[in-house]
Amino acid sequence: MNTFARNGIIPTPIANQPWGMLIPLFALVAFGAAVLYSAAGGSWDPYASSHLIRFLVFLFMSAVITAFPRALVRFMAYPVYVIVLLLLLAVEVIGQVQGGSQRWLDLGFMVLQPSEIMKPVIIVVLAHYFSSLPVGLITSWRALLVPGALIGFPVALVLLQPDLGTSLAILFGGGIVMLLAGLPLRWFVLAGLAAAAIAPLAFFFGLQEYQQRRVLTMFDPEADPLGAGYHITQSKIAIGSGGLFGKGFNNGSQSHLQYLPEPHTDFVFATMAEEWGLVGGLFVIAIFTIILRWGLRVAARSQDRFAALLAGGMAATIFFYIAVNLLMVMGMAPVVGIPLPFMSHGGSSMLTNMICIGALMMVDRWNRNAPRSGLAN
Amino acid sequence: MKNWFTWRSGAQRRGPLVNASTLKNTFDRRAFVIGGVQGGIAVLLAVRMGYIAIAENEKYQLESESNRVNLTLIPPRRGWILDRNGAPLASNRADFRVDVIPERLADPDAMIDQLGELLELEPDRVADIKLEIASASGFAPVEVASGLDYEQFAALSVRLPDMQGVVPQRGFSRFYPTGSSVGHLIGYVGPASAEEFDEDPNPLLVTPGYKIGKDGLEKQFEEELRGVPGARRVEVTAGGRIIRNLETREDIQGDPVRLTIDGPLQDYAARRIGLESGSVVVLDCEKGDILCMASMPSFDPNSFSDGIGSVEYAMLREDQRVPLRNKVLKGLYPPGSTVKPMHCMAFLRAGVSPSDAITCGGGRRIGNRFFNCWSNHGRVDMAKAIYQSCDSYFYHFAQQIGFDAVAEMAKTCGMGEQFDLPVTSQFYGTVPTAEWKFDKFGQEWQPYDTVNASIGQGYYLASPLQLAVSAARLATGRHVKPRLDLGTPPSGFDQVDFPDDHVRLVRQAMSDVVNGPGTAGRGRLPLEDTQMAGKTGTAQVVSLSVSDGRSGPWKYRDHGLFTFFAPTDKPRYAGAVVIEHGGGSGAAYPIARDVMTFMFDPAKGLELLKALEEQWGGTAQERLDQRYAAYATAQGASVPPTRRRDEAIFDRVEAEARLDAQRSEQIAGGFVAPRPAANPSEPPPSDMTTPPAERGAVE
Repeated sequence: MNTFARNGIIPTPIANQPWGMLIPLFALVAFGAAVLYSAAGGSWDPYASSHLIRFLVFLFMSAVITAFPRALVRFMAYPVYVIVLLLLLAVEVIGQVQGGSQRWLDLGFMVLQPSEIMKPVIIVVLAHYFSSLPVGLITSWRALLVPGALIGFPVALVLLQPDLGTSLAILFGGGIVMLLAGLPLRWFVLAGLAAAAIAPLAFFFGLQEYQQRRVLTMFDPEADPLGAGYHITQSKIAIGSGGLFGKGFNNGSQSHLQYLPEPHTDFVFATMAEEWGLVGGLFVIAIFTIILRWGLRVAARSQDRFAALLAGGMAATIFFYIAVNLLMVMGMAPVVGIPLPFMSHGGSSMLTNMICIGALMMVDRWNRNAPRSGLAN
Repeated sequence: MKNWFTWRSGAQRRGPLVNASTLKNTFDRRAFVIGGVQGGIAVLLAVRMGYIAIAENEKYQLESESNRVNLTLIPPRRGWILDRNGAPLASNRADFRVDVIPERLADPDAMIDQLGELLELEPDRVADIKLEIASASGFAPVEVASGLDYEQFAALSVRLPDMQGVVPQRGFSRFYPTGSSVGHLIGYVGPASAEEFDEDPNPLLVTPGYKIGKDGLEKQFEEELRGVPGARRVEVTAGGRIIRNLETREDIQGDPVRLTIDGPLQDYAARRIGLESGSVVVLDCEKGDILCMASMPSFDPNSFSDGIGSVEYAMLREDQRVPLRNKVLKGLYPPGSTVKPMHCMAFLRAGVSPSDAITCGGGRRIGNRFFNCWSNHGRVDMAKAIYQSCDSYFYHFAQQIGFDAVAEMAKTCGMGEQFDLPVTSQFYGTVPTAEWKFDKFGQEWQPYDTVNASIGQGYYLASPLQLAVSAARLATGRHVKPRLDLGTPPSGFDQVDFPDDHVRLVRQAMSDVVNGPGTAGRGRLPLEDTQMAGKTGTAQVVSLSVSDGRSGPWKYRDHGLFTFFAPTDKPRYAGAVVIEHGGGSGAAYPIARDVMTFMFDPAKGLELLKALEEQWGGTAQERLDQRYAAYATAQGASVPPTRRRDEAIFDRVEAEARLDAQRSEQIAGGFVAPRPAANPSEPPPSDMTTPPAERGAVE
C-alpha cells in the first residue's frame, strides 16, 4: 500500500506511517491554528501557539501509544478503567466538599478532566471484554449486563457533574463497540424505543433548566434571539454571511466583535466559515471524512476482534465529536459543550482525540506487523 | 437496512449460528453501515452549510452587517428663537447629558440608584426618574441628567461597559438666557411623548437627547426649528463598545425664528411686574409688532426643558398666582374703566358731541333706578368723563345710543377678537350684547346690564392682549393687527377705524388722565420730552358686601388695569398692563410708566427697577429659585412623585383659566356698584409692598 516503502527511498519506519491520514490531519491542525490566530484578533497568543504546542506534545504521546504491544494494552485495560473511574469519583467528592460542580482535578502540573480520559478507556475496556467473551455468549445476557455496568458507572458519574455532552459521548462510544461486537440488533432497537419513551421524562426531570432551553431553542432559535437562541443565531449568521469564499482571513466581524460566543472553542467552525466560506467548510468536512474513513479501514483490516473493536470504537468517538459539534453550529443539534476535534482550542479534547488517533495508529501498526493471521488471540 | 439486520437476529434465534466467522461478517457489515451513516452525515453537513452560506447568504450577510454597524442619529441642533434685533431668546448650549433606555435596563431601580449616586442627583429627582421609567414605553429614552460637568461625564463613561442601556453623550441642550421672563411666550422643550411618537413614528423622536417643542412658540414653530438630524455609523462590539467611526453625516441646524419681541423689554416688563400676578403687553403702533408680552409669575423654561420635577410642579400648582397660566392670552378680566375711551368713540360715531355734558350727582338715574358713580363729578363732558373716569356719563350715553352700538365699536377695537398669531391658544373674551345674553342665559337684557357694560363690568371680559390692541387702534385710528413673527407683513394699517378729529380728542383726554387732572397723575413719565397717555381701570371681582376690593383675601381684591400709548402726540407704542387682584389701577399704571420709561430711556428704567428689586429680594428668576429651594426644603419630602403628561398639565391649566374667567359672571346678575373707595388715583394699599406669599397666608 505504501509507495514510498516500495521505492525504498525513504526509510521504512517513516514510510510505514499512515501518511494518508497524517498529512490531512496536519493540514487541519495548521488550518485550525490559523483560525485561532484570527479568533485572537490576529495574534499567536493566546490560542494559536498553545494549540500547535499541544498538538505536538500529544502527537508525541500518540507515537508512544502507537508503540504499545497488544498484550500490554489488554493487560492494562481493567486497571486503567478502575483508576479513571476512581478519579471520576474523586472529582465528584471534591466537588461535593467544595460545593458546586467540578469537572477537573488540579494535579499541579496540569488540569485533568477524568471524564475526557474515560472516552477512549471505555472503548478499550469494552473491546477487551468482548474479545475475551466466548463467541457463543454474544447473544446472552452476559454480553449486555457486564458492558452495561462498565458503561453505566462512568456515565452516571459524569451526569452527576453534570456534563451531558461527555456522558453522551461515553454512551455513544460504548454503544458502537457493542454494536460492532455483534450483539443482537433487536436489543438496540428495544433500547432505542426505550430511549424514545424515556426521553420526554428525562427532558422534563433529568435536564437542568438551561439545558431544556437549549434543546427547545434548536427548533426555533429566533424565538429568543437574545437568550438561549443567541448562540445558534449568531453561529448561523457567521456561517451564512461567509458565503462561498468568506470574508477573508482576519476579517470576520462576528468573531472579532464578539457577537459569536466561544469563537475559539465550541464555535470555532463558525469562526472559520465566516472567514473562509463554504470552501473552507468543505475542506474541513473533507479532511474529517478522510480521517474517519481511514479509521474505519483500520478497523476493517484488523486481524483480531480486539483490534477491530478498538479501532471501530476510537473512530466512532472522534466521529461523535465532529458530528455533534458541526450539527450544533449549523443549528441542527442543541447547544452542548462539545468542541470540534483538532480545531477547537482546548487541551482536554485534544488529549482525547489524540489518544484515539494514537490508538488507531497502534492498531494500524499491529495490522502491518501481523498480516493475515487468524482470528485467534 | 433494518430488515437486513432483523434477518440476522432472526437467524440467531433459529440456531447456534454464531461463530467467529459470522461475528466477523456482522462486524464488517455493521462497520460498513456506520461508515455509510458517517458519510451521510458528512453530505448532510455539506449540504446544510451550502444552503446557509449560499442560498441564505444575503439574509445572513444583512444580519451580520446589522450586528456590526450601529447607526445612531445625531439630534439636530434646534433653530434659535431670536428677538427683533437678533438677540437669542432661546439658544442651544453644548453640554454633557445622560439618558437611559428603559427597555435595555436589566434592573432599572438599581441602575438609577447607581447613577443617582454617581451624578449626585437629588432624591426627589431619583424618585421621579424611577417613576418615569416604570411608565415609559418601548425605546423612548428617559433623561437622567443634563448639564453635567466633564468629571461626572468621564466618571460615567469609564463605567459604561457595565451599564447596559445607559447613554451618555455630548450634545446640545436648549437654553433660555432670560429664563422665566420668556416662559409663557417661548414655552419649553421636552422628549416626545408616546402619543406624539404614535402620530409621527420618526426614529428621531426616540433618539436620546432629542426634544420637541411642548408649549408656546417652541411648539408652534416646531417644523421650522427642528432641522435635519445627522447620522453616525459606527462599528460596535456585541457589548456595545464602539470600535471605530465608519461614517458621519453632520446634522443641519433648524431655521431660526425671528420674533417681533424686544428681548430686553420683555425681560424688563416681566421683572417689573415684581411680586404681583399680572401681564404687560406692548405693541408697536407703526407695524403692529408685539414688542413684549410678559406674564408673571412664570416657570423657568430651562428647568422645564430638563423635565418637570414633581416638587417643582407641586410648588407651581399650589401657587394661587397660577404661574403656569399665560395671562396675556388666557387671562380674562372685566376691562373696567379702560373701555371708556373706546366707548366714547362709539358715542362720537353715534353723533354725540364732545361738548354734550351731563351732571354727575354721585350717580345717575337710568330708567327708574339710580346707579352710583364712584364719586360726584358735577358737570361732565366727554373729555372729563375720560380723564376723571366718571361712570354716570357712560351710564347715560350708553343708554342713549343703545349698548349694541357700543358693543360693535368694542369689537372694532379688538374686544372679543382672536388674532392671527402663532400661539397655541388664546381666549377671546366677551363683549356682552342682548343677543349674547339671551343665547347664553335665556334672560332678557336689563338696564343694569347696559350700566354694567358701559363701564366695562358685568359680563364684559377681555384679555390683556385685546386691551393692548384696542389702545393701539384708538391711538392710531388704524385697524392695527398684532404680529409676533417678524416674517409676516404688517397689516391693518390701510383700514381707518376712526376719523382724525375723534382720535385727537380721545388722545388728548387720555393724555390728561396721566398728565392732566386725571386719575393717574403718578403715571407721568420721568422724562422731559416724552409723555404717556392712558386710561385706568379697576375691575371688581366680587360684590361690595364681600370685600372692599383693596384689602382682605387676595383673590377678592380688584384687578388693576391700565391701557396706554406714548408719545401722546405721535403714538409709537401702545400697550396694556393688567395686575390680577392688585387692589385697583394704582397697581397697574406705575408698571406701565416704568416700562415706557425703559422704552425711551433704558438706563433710567433699569435704575428704577434695581431699587424695586432690592426691596423685593432679587430678580424674578432669583426669587423663583429661592422659592423653589425653600419649598423643596420644607415640602420636598412630602411631595409624592407623580407621573404627568405635559399635555395634561396644560389642558388643566387652560380649563382652570376658563373657570376663573367665569368667576366675574357671578356678580354680573345685578348692578356692580362702583365703590367710592375705588379711586384709582389713590396710592395702592399700604400692604402692597409685602410679599404676596405672606399676604396669601392671611386667607
